[in-house]
Amino acid sequence: MASTSRHGSSSPSSELHNEDPFAGLDRRRFIGYVMAGSTLVVAADLVSARPARAAVPSGPQVPELYDLEDLQTDSALPTSQLITVTITKAGRASFALPRTEVGQGILTSTAMILAEELDLPVDRVDVTLAPARPELLLNQLTGGSNTTFSTYTPIRVAAAIARQRLLEAAAILFGTTADRLTTTGGVISDTVGNRATYGDLAESAASQVVEAVEVLLRPKKEFKVIGRPRNRDDARAAVTGAKDFTTDLDVPNARPTMVCRAPEHGGTPRSLTNKAAILKMPGVTHVAQVPTGIAVRAKTFGQCIDAIRAMKVSWNPGPVHGMSDATVLKTLRANELPLVVPDVPVLAQTVETDVAFAFRSSAALETYSAIADVRSDRATIWAGLKVPILAQQRVAEAIGLPQDKVKVHVVTGGGSFGHKLFGDHAIEAAVISKAMKAPVKLMWHRADEPRQGRLHPMATSRVRATVLAGQVLSFEQRHTSVTTDFSHGLGEMITSQADELDPIGVGGLGFAETIFTLTQELPYDFGVVTQLLNEPLQFEDTFSTGSMRNIYSPDVCVAAELTIDQLAKKVGKDPVAFRLSMLKNDRVKAALEKVAEEGRWGRTLPAGVAQGVAIHKEYKGCTAVLVEIDTRPKTVERDLGPETVTGPRVIKVVIVVDAGLVINPRGVEAQMQGGAMDGIALTLTSSCHLQNGRFLEASWDNYFYTRQWNVPPTVEVHIMPSDSDTPGGVGEAAVGSTAAAVACAYARATKKVPTFFPINHDDIDFTPKSFVPPVPQSPTNGLKLTR
Amino acid sequence: MPKQTFILNGKTVTVDVNDDVRVLWVLRDLLKVTGPKYGCGINVCKACTSHINGKAFNPCSVKVGDLKPKDRVTTIEGLAATTPGDLHPMQQAWIDHDVAQCGYCQPGQIMEAVALVKRVRREGREIRDSDLDRIRNICRCGTYVRIREAIEAGARRM
Repeated sequence: MASTSRHGSSSPSSELHNEDPFAGLDRRRFIGYVMAGSTLVVAADLVSARPARAAVPSGPQVPELYDLEDLQTDSALPTSQLITVTITKAGRASFALPRTEVGQGILTSTAMILAEELDLPVDRVDVTLAPARPELLLNQLTGGSNTTFSTYTPIRVAAAIARQRLLEAAAILFGTTADRLTTTGGVISDTVGNRATYGDLAESAASQVVEAVEVLLRPKKEFKVIGRPRNRDDARAAVTGAKDFTTDLDVPNARPTMVCRAPEHGGTPRSLTNKAAILKMPGVTHVAQVPTGIAVRAKTFGQCIDAIRAMKVSWNPGPVHGMSDATVLKTLRANELPLVVPDVPVLAQTVETDVAFAFRSSAALETYSAIADVRSDRATIWAGLKVPILAQQRVAEAIGLPQDKVKVHVVTGGGSFGHKLFGDHAIEAAVISKAMKAPVKLMWHRADEPRQGRLHPMATSRVRATVLAGQVLSFEQRHTSVTTDFSHGLGEMITSQADELDPIGVGGLGFAETIFTLTQELPYDFGVVTQLLNEPLQFEDTFSTGSMRNIYSPDVCVAAELTIDQLAKKVGKDPVAFRLSMLKNDRVKAALEKVAEEGRWGRTLPAGVAQGVAIHKEYKGCTAVLVEIDTRPKTVERDLGPETVTGPRVIKVVIVVDAGLVINPRGVEAQMQGGAMDGIALTLTSSCHLQNGRFLEASWDNYFYTRQWNVPPTVEVHIMPSDSDTPGGVGEAAVGSTAAAVACAYARATKKVPTFFPINHDDIDFTPKSFVPPVPQSPTNGLKLTR
Repeated sequence: MPKQTFILNGKTVTVDVNDDVRVLWVLRDLLKVTGPKYGCGINVCKACTSHINGKAFNPCSVKVGDLKPKDRVTTIEGLAATTPGDLHPMQQAWIDHDVAQCGYCQPGQIMEAVALVKRVRREGREIRDSDLDRIRNICRCGTYVRIREAIEAGARRM
């Protein structure tokens, strides 16, 4: 086992970052507010400090100038002043983060940012998750690796104002001036022995009116907390069982509730013919037909499962009735935008890649769960929600209440990966609670997730590149995908930022094309580069889809990097050397050089074992990944028991990440390790099979996410030093580059470029679980399997 | 309704519930002991892993009626009390290695790890990579690398 995190050579990383709107001191000077209150409450307002955008030159791709991070950040700006920090009489800072913690560690990193600027120990900063706050408009969406990037400065401004205000209050108390005072660990002191804690000053520092003040942020060289590894604040709760997820909450009378769902994806119930018998089953209290199925509420979830299995339901077909993997793929192929190679000399050679990607389930380990207590005049919801305001709106619409009568509590999620961007679970729970006239604790069965839950869409990616005399003249990529649902808030952001998007030439595009354009960037000198998306209209309102730990990037990156390996081969160059000669961004180049060195690129390996390398640049950062894969029969055919997909094993992963300003290196390393596990699964094992409108997968023993037997024995993470003043997004950064590096390594080991991902999709061998009833019964042999 | 009696985290508990209800729901829905998590209900994901008489088992796959009054069920909530000190060495290793991301699978992972170390000790040996490869507990955040490191560290202190 090896897992290391070391720091490499230093060189400027500012070219990874689009804007540099401030110079010197002014970069740290902001306006904020002291709010009216009985204790000190401060807020940040960044509208006036909004960075100016550069004029648009013709050459670069859109994300170099303005990417998804900028879109989300700009959307958040008009309401940033509403993000407040409170200093309590106990000398603690409290802050309700308008984002959702789903495992990415943002509660910890946010506490670190506050502690830094406040000069308060991190363990005296309380960061909680804000409930749905409609007044925040677009500033309450967790996605696109954007949390830290968009909240970093507003949070610092608020904290700096609080500290400044506390210093002023202490100066009055001590009869001196604020510049003669120092703050250490939440205590203000002067040179003659006066001291007061933040708690002592919390009331006297408070204001009776809202006051605008100017503040200077702490210079980076004085950082004591930011950039130092810190363990998760909730680590103890997580290892003692004290950390509560939605179904762990004990809301009075909110009884276990599950739904009997249609065999076909998106199918709907016609009728339940044995309702009376179901109501007589042990523990069952309520049965109700809702648009998504037949809901049952009982004393235990086990009794819900029993009831679902006993239900006699007739079903309507779903919107993908009759479709299968092959028919969807055929429609995608028929709708691929043409590759139009620009006018290149006749001697130019062509390299083509044509790959397809299966449907994948974005479900987390915690299935969709929500508690709803709907009354005639009000409703309360508890759920893991990454866009709680939208969930609040949709719940209100679904149950016919005004939005302000719906209270939405955001609960820490047991993973999300894009799945909890949508409020499907909250809306369904509310509809059921209304129908049953009782509080419900809704939990999806695992079988429901791949069959009825959100999916990462099936897609194809074609690339045609031309090369002459060692130079790449053109690189055309056409990505064709089943419609990706963006109705979770990003669409609204695009609408609100139309003025900003028009000048950079993406104003007229649809949501999906806009997001594609804002995220895809190929940082190579490849002459004429075009990367285009098409989502055929035939798939509108068919599959339930969404993002999955990244949106288009992993698939696009796999196709592009496989092509680059072919180009290198064509010109007779080593894959690393070729990439280095073509990369136009110094930071990406530095990351690739580092990964080649740390991963010992080019070392001798036995036949069937090969290295692969790939880079990815997105979210104000970049990653370079080197992997080694073992495709030898003795590895592929390992027998570790039934329902164990072994296959080729990635035996080593080395990740170099340039994430700009790093708040918590320990958290960045964790995100890289986790992202790599997703990348391995995408390329090798995890997919959903569509057959006649039904998805075959129903459990983790047939949806093959990376398991311990697939985990590389060696995983190294190296974080590049950065002089950037802003943090980049890390939650998704390693997924695409790892998926691509594994694909490249597999192609080199087997001397065959795969045409379908994951590579084992066609060889899958399992007996699908029953569709009617739609959930499997729990086994009873557990005592024979103790270990 | 039948009365079901067993020892839970050191205390005898009695619950009124039918024999065939799986132990996971008795723990979670009736006794409000929520450390063991639901992830599949068919003994695949192992998120509910707990101990029975010191060995790992999955309460999603055991009928409560099959428990005997003397059976000792230990969930993550009761793990620390099985060893001296504030936390079990495996829990401490998990904190030291900052394993948890979302944390949902981690109670099951820790209970599995403790049972695994005990099992290999019964076989008179220490943990090997091949033992770690066979752990079936799923972590959808992909914390596997740190899980492996923490198990090795925790084993050294057990």
